[in-house]
Amino acid sequence: MATAAPKKKATSTQYEAVIGLETHCQLNTETKIFSPVSTAFGTPPNTNISAICLGYPGVLPVLNEKVLEYAVKAGLALNCKIAPYSKFDRKQYFYPDLPKNYQISQYDLPIAEHGWLEIEVVEKPGDEPMRKKIGITRLHMEEDAGKLVHAGSDRLAGSTHSLVDFNRAGVPLLEIVSEPDIRTGAEAAEYGQELRRIMRYLGISDGNMQEGSLRCDVNISVRPVGQEEFGTKVEIKNMNSFSAIQKAIDYEIERQIKCLETGEKIAQETRLWEEGSQKTISMRSKEGSSDYRYFPEPDLPPIEVSVEQMNQWKGELPELPAQKRHRYEEELELSAYDARVLTDDREIAEYFESAIAQNANPKQVANWLMGDIAAYLNSEKLTIGEIALKPPILAELVNLIDQGTISGKIAKEILPELLTTAIDSLQKFVESKGMIQISDTGELEKIIDKILSENADKVEQFRNGKTKLQGFFVGQIMKETSGRADPKLTNQLLGKKLKG
Amino acid sequence: MASIRELHTQLVRKERSAVEITTEALERIQTLEPKLHSFLQITADHALAQAKQVDQQIAAGEEIGLLAGIPIGIKDNMCTDGIPTTCGSRILENFVPPYESTVTEKLKKAGAVMVGKTNLDEFAMGSSTENSGYQVTANPWDLSRVPGGSSGGSAAAVAAQECVVALGSDTGGSIRQPASLCGVVGMKPTYGLVSRYGLVAYASSLDQIGPFGGCVEDAAILLGAIAGYDPKDSTSLKVDIPNYAQLLKPNFRPKSRLRIGVIKETFGGGLDSQVEEKVKAAIEVLQNLGAEIQIVSCPRFGYGLPAYYIIAPSEASANLARYDAVKYGIRAEEADNLVDMYKKTRAKGFGTEVKRRIMLGTYALSAGYYDAYYLKAQKVRTLIKQDFESAFEKVDVLVCPTSPTTAFKAGEKTADPLSMYLSDLMTIPVNLAGLPALSIPCGFDQQGLPIGMQLIGKVLREDQLLQVAYAYEQSTDWHLRTPIL
Repeated sequence: MATAAPKKKATSTQYEAVIGLETHCQLNTETKIFSPVSTAFGTPPNTNISAICLGYPGVLPVLNEKVLEYAVKAGLALNCKIAPYSKFDRKQYFYPDLPKNYQISQYDLPIAEHGWLEIEVVEKPGDEPMRKKIGITRLHMEEDAGKLVHAGSDRLAGSTHSLVDFNRAGVPLLEIVSEPDIRTGAEAAEYGQELRRIMRYLGISDGNMQEGSLRCDVNISVRPVGQEEFGTKVEIKNMNSFSAIQKAIDYEIERQIKCLETGEKIAQETRLWEEGSQKTISMRSKEGSSDYRYFPEPDLPPIEVSVEQMNQWKGELPELPAQKRHRYEEELELSAYDARVLTDDREIAEYFESAIAQNANPKQVANWLMGDIAAYLNSEKLTIGEIALKPPILAELVNLIDQGTISGKIAKEILPELLTTAIDSLQKFVESKGMIQISDTGELEKIIDKILSENADKVEQFRNGKTKLQGFFVGQIMKETSGRADPKLTNQLLGKKLKG
Repeated sequence: MASIRELHTQLVRKERSAVEITTEALERIQTLEPKLHSFLQITADHALAQAKQVDQQIAAGEEIGLLAGIPIGIKDNMCTDGIPTTCGSRILENFVPPYESTVTEKLKKAGAVMVGKTNLDEFAMGSSTENSGYQVTANPWDLSRVPGGSSGGSAAAVAAQECVVALGSDTGGSIRQPASLCGVVGMKPTYGLVSRYGLVAYASSLDQIGPFGGCVEDAAILLGAIAGYDPKDSTSLKVDIPNYAQLLKPNFRPKSRLRIGVIKETFGGGLDSQVEEKVKAAIEVLQNLGAEIQIVSCPRFGYGLPAYYIIAPSEASANLARYDAVKYGIRAEEADNLVDMYKKTRAKGFGTEVKRRIMLGTYALSAGYYDAYYLKAQKVRTLIKQDFESAFEKVDVLVCPTSPTTAFKAGEKTADPLSMYLSDLMTIPVNLAGLPALSIPCGFDQQGLPIGMQLIGKVLREDQLLQVAYAYEQSTDWHLRTPIL
């Protein structure tokens, strides 16, 4: 496992941060984890609820089998050991957004443990990415709580009253806890992104941080390099983007180092990231950890995953982002950068693979996807599946350029139309538009001769040393052929003729 | 009141209508309630509507089930859609469930006529029904005595013939002990045989709904109607349900000798001598019926009570956390803030025994105590289960007294929770092991108070248990005696 460079300080002591992430990932199942109620986001308050979501007397939870499937798949994708025997527990605490005043979660026998994921961190743009494995301590299933809306304050304390919306209560969550293997804000952000990529590849979560379907809490302490024991751990919450995670950690590292250097005691506490001030602020002390009085959930039988079931789910796993990146680099000889960009979104990667399956040059397909097409998707806020240009046509485009049937310039010109209009054959399309490149020597020579005779004075100047004029002649030829002249051949033939 | 089969015959022969039967029951309730207080609520309109429907079915020539038109009492910890369900607690004084428990749903479909919701110890915590937040139920055999608990309302109602049968729930003896004290048949089925959906939870790993009846056959019919897998209860068992009532043979003589084990440990100190005498006499009756009697030992039987008073309160402390005034139930006024609202509501809404058990459970689950209490108790539970398993290698059915004493005076034990707890000494281990067991009347003491015998069966052998009880009942006449009211 590689280690990131420790922070350099003006003083002689060098420090390193020890960081672990606790991620809550909402699963995109149709219904809640323990009740047959919709999980739709953004519906009016208290419309996606039932007696079960509200913890009414006498109701019982029934596990949504999809949640188990998704948890096992996530565990497998994170290289975890799947527990053959697992169970649910009650985590007890009173809070008005928690209908039963206990959360059904998993305590000592989580569904998956002892895994890892690989991140690639790029220090500066253009650098080769540094690969690092981050350990996954555990992954478990649990139910989400509802949501409080406070009147007169943004927190419970100080509000005149609070409203509670139980739509989210019982939405399935995976809690994924990392080992304290992370050392920098950039690594943490990349870890979060890779985790989200994996969830999206698996199709089990949309990973939307703004809507709260992916939430990361950070545990961070700082210690002098070489010191074995950990420093005092601080928890940071309230980051709703990966860049906020990175900035919060970088801020917190600086803050804690300053504390160490000035001899100020670092409090064991929970801090909030404030986007406005770009600072972390103290929220509550964590001295004397809370007692959740966990005990096994008697309403749900233990979970046993058979070998057959697990193998079936294993067989259904897609190729994951890291595997794709490695394959793109090794088999397709793409750069690490290209591999990263193309695999970031599973849909793009699949589009790419579908195009190169038509024997199109991978690097060229990649360039189109990452260049003009990406720019278009960005500006139009579209996904790759929403454009008219389908992989076989992009493949044909790349191949027609490669074969010299059309020029790159023409290709760029027709792309906007291809993005919005579906066609069956690009060959027919360019033929009908008369866009086939002129690569016939005889035909080209005729045109060149015509241009040269029309510009005899410029030919004279060229021959007297004003060689820059070659560009002018090429321009004229292109104008004459509406850009269809094969540029390479044109230059070749023109050169010969100009020399006389 | 007649048995289910007798009433059914009358209905089918059109000798009496369901409305007549229901009206009779409602009138009897009206007459007796001022003395008994078995019901927290009488659902007369609901009952008459249901009875009318049954009469229409009969008039239309439709075939009706055995339970159709039969007046039944439901313990008020089973949720009934649109009908208040208080669980005997002030905290749920205003609670009207918007859903139906699986058992009452099944009974509705069977045409059973719910005449009311019966009284119970608050949240089913107690052995005398004195812990009800509303009223104290009297024992029909002696109004100054308790009916047992926590299903005291159901037991008293059946004993007093306010209804033909009733449902109770049994976490540590809450069906069998009141059945014993009221002289009726009461059964706790195998854990998981009957769905708990809609049963307000006390201790989820122990709670089980079961029937009360004036005779074994009535209990068997009711059990058959409520048993069965329910997808809404993950702990319910996927098993086929035999027709318990049909399997009962009047002149039962076991083909291969039925082996009955007498649990040695239950005949010791603390057992009332008259109870001992009558239960031993009942065992002789079983022997005369052809059963082979053996003395068996369940060495850890006595540890059931302490283990139970760790496990049940632990689960209860979590199960009762939801009564926080946020979503339903009462809310204390004049609270300064959230925590104050929790505290004032729960202080006001819960009774002493409920508070005691919440505290016991919270303590047992706390960091630093979990291993010494909760975990240890779970280990004891396993040992008790093992004791039963090895006993069942030697015998088919176990027998012992249901309760160490007959019905005690109201107020006699309320100041001493430990002596109250001891009244469930014989029944608790059965819940810990998840086994089926029933209590059947086996005599009376000199004061005329009923005595019950407990029969404990192997997992899912309710059929065998009922058969043994039926055979005993057929050769005795205890069940034919009724209290004078």
